[in-house]
Amino acid sequence: MKTGVLGKVYNDGEVIVRQGETGDCMFEILEGTVEVLREKDGHEVSLAVLSKGDFFGEMAIFEREVRSATVRALGEVRAITIDKRTLLRRISADPSLAFRIVEKMANRIRELDVEIERLKAMR
Amino acid sequence: MTSDFKSKESSEESSETVPTFSEKIPPDFKLEEGSRVAVIGGGPSGSFFAYFLLNMAERVGLDLYIDIFETRDFNSTGPPGCNMCGGIISETLVQTLATEGIELPHTVVQRGVDSYFLHMDVGSVRIETPLHEMRIAAVYRGGGPKRNRDQEWGSFDGYLLKLALYKGAQRVDDRVVGVSWSEGRPEIETRGGTVRSYDLVAVAVGVNSPTLKLFQDLNLGYKPPETTKTYICEYFLGRDEVGHNLGSSMHTFLLDIPRLEFAAIVPKGNYATVCMLGYKIDKEFVQSFLKNPAVKKNFPQDWDPATAACQCSPRMNVSAAIQPFGDRIVFLGDSGVSRLYKDGIGAAYRTAKAAARTALFEGVSSEDFKNHFWPTCKSLKNDNSIGKLIFLIVGLLQKIKLARRAILRMVSKEQKKEGKNRRMSAVLWDMFTGSAPYKEVFFRTLHPFFLTNLLWNFAVELWPFKKSVSIEEEL
Repeated sequence: MKTGVLGKVYNDGEVIVRQGETGDCMFEILEGTVEVLREKDGHEVSLAVLSKGDFFGEMAIFEREVRSATVRALGEVRAITIDKRTLLRRISADPSLAFRIVEKMANRIRELDVEIERLKAMR
Repeated sequence: MTSDFKSKESSEESSETVPTFSEKIPPDFKLEEGSRVAVIGGGPSGSFFAYFLLNMAERVGLDLYIDIFETRDFNSTGPPGCNMCGGIISETLVQTLATEGIELPHTVVQRGVDSYFLHMDVGSVRIETPLHEMRIAAVYRGGGPKRNRDQEWGSFDGYLLKLALYKGAQRVDDRVVGVSWSEGRPEIETRGGTVRSYDLVAVAVGVNSPTLKLFQDLNLGYKPPETTKTYICEYFLGRDEVGHNLGSSMHTFLLDIPRLEFAAIVPKGNYATVCMLGYKIDKEFVQSFLKNPAVKKNFPQDWDPATAACQCSPRMNVSAAIQPFGDRIVFLGDSGVSRLYKDGIGAAYRTAKAAARTALFEGVSSEDFKNHFWPTCKSLKNDNSIGKLIFLIVGLLQKIKLARRAILRMVSKEQKKEGKNRRMSAVLWDMFTGSAPYKEVFFRTLHPFFLTNLLWNFAVELWPFKKSVSIEEEL
């Protein structure tokens, strides 16, 4: 048994973040894979699959809206939470701490651009 | 060097046109393509500095050459590979490093910690994180205690050094024996006979290193921090016994033992680390702590306090260094400013990153470090002043049995309730784990709800017909 692990373990299928709930932290995936889902009228649309080194729930850090999507564990997942207050205090003292978050969000915008282009081409 | 900088600045001030910000900084004091940086010491502050400087340089498209001077083999067991400290990575630092993309692997974390026990002569109570998450990491700085044969875990310092080397820093396995100036640049001389000039030198040696003396003789105005002696010892219990007796909790103590300032037991792999802070620590002092029933109950019944596998008495900062910077030189971590008693690795991260940001985006003159690096140090320094006040108050509470009982009652009741209004628990958690600035901890104790609740618990403890609360908890 490993004793030196950090974060919390989520079982296969366990909901880590639920769409519509309020949140005050973001999550960094330390092990495993999660699926990001958007729920509408009882249907689920898979938006993305994230794995080790990715984070999710970051919108709760920078805006006061409810969670925009549900995140569910695909297999066993270990993730650590990063508190909104701790992170904003650290970013306020050291703005360069946000470099990686901005970089990841920029990557997501790039991926969304490709997806929009693909969907428009299908019409 | 300083006068050179000043003369250039004054000549600019006298010119008729107003110089732009970048023109005010002599190009000489900027890191440029191919600039050379020496990092003296490959502990956390040195590795963090090299890692972040290279990381930020990469973002702006600048190639730098960084030499890290480190002769220790962090895989060695006992003192040769160890940087001698309790080895706790605070909750805030674990989260900050995760945000930076630096994960602490299970091969480095000896045990994830999700709670702590507060032990007093009047009882013990467990305080948990609200999210029931392993948020604190217990690590070994080197290869573990003397004759440690665990192959499962590696050194924390070794891991950070590898990250810096992976980013592109070079390791120089040679001892620094001399520092001098040549044509306005620092020159580093090694025992192997190499002399090399650098554009910037980051001093990242601890207060226990004799190398620090070399930099005191440079007439920079630098004065190292004042220190106090601590005591750290390791006991081999075996993984099962560590789990059974200590669990995933850090154990802290508020005991009325003369000269004791703070003490903790940290579970790590097969070992338990005992850390003590106090005045005039001697053999008698250590034995009086280890033989205290509140301490002994955390060890197996047949445990003998005289069987420590490894022990040391390192020095720890109790004040800030004076002028920890100059033209082309900056002092990081313990050799500059650290946090009082707690989170020294967190302070190493903060000062190292502030120095890296300054060097890359502002410049490497004394003025640059004063304006952009020193504020980070000063905020740590000011916070430590409040920390000293808090530890003074805690010292007084340690001596009053009624106060200890009231604190225990308040925390015990809070831990039975879910929710965020666990005011005393949060104050003790942040104070003992170093998760929040001392200033924040202090102001939370001034909250009317906190004070009213504490006074109420004092009153209840004085009431002769009170209902006793269950305060002993199982692991």
